[in-house]
Amino acid sequence: MSVSVQIEDFDISQEIGALTAVRTDIGAVVTFTGLVRDVGGGQPVSAMELEHWPGMTEQALEQIETQARQRWSLKATRIVHRYGALKPGDQIVLVIAASPHRGAAFEAAEFMMDFLKTRAPFWKKETMPQGARWVDARDADDAAQARWDQP
Amino acid sequence: MKVLYFAWLRERIGTGSEEVETNASTVAELVAELTSREDRYAAAFADMSAVRVAVDQTMTDIDASLTGAAEVAFFPPMTGG
Repeated sequence: MSVSVQIEDFDISQEIGALTAVRTDIGAVVTFTGLVRDVGGGQPVSAMELEHWPGMTEQALEQIETQARQRWSLKATRIVHRYGALKPGDQIVLVIAASPHRGAAFEAAEFMMDFLKTRAPFWKKETMPQGARWVDARDADDAAQARWDQP
Repeated sequence: MKVLYFAWLRERIGTGSEEVETNASTVAELVAELTSREDRYAAAFADMSAVRVAVDQTMTDIDASLTGAAEVAFFPPMTGG
């Protein structure tokens, strides 16, 4: 269980390897990778700036991991989130959930992403032909997080 | 009291962090006080439905008490991931 908030890019296979090299009780590894899209609100996006709240961000991500591990039988989790200047195609976020069987890993990876979207203090600013604009939060992200409250 | 601003709130107010002398007992009172001080605060706090609040790094709302609080943060809804 660990989180990293970093400017640098990450290597997915290296991140998976770090989790699976130290144990052999993992039967399933699910990863999610978020990338910078080249379009936002119908406009071409040429660059993205990601702001975050140092200290608070790490704490929020650790809380999300803890919640996932309380809810599912997980052997390992990992969250990496980048900040700073990014461009279309760049990797932004990586979530890994590892468990003995696939069900828990699939669900936990989705749970961690849904909570990260609404609970981790990151803010995206996109650069477009007319200038830069802060990305609006989406109601769909709130709904995605809220469905985990239901029994 | 330490007050933090992020994203477009930081841009409108012109700083990410400042020390504010205040006797406000709630977040709402602090917002009203800052708004009356200068236009840049009024611009940032014009639509409080678009602003989220944390007191001492715990998410809360505009009616939260500031008694004993050391830090307040204002920011728009989060858009990471």
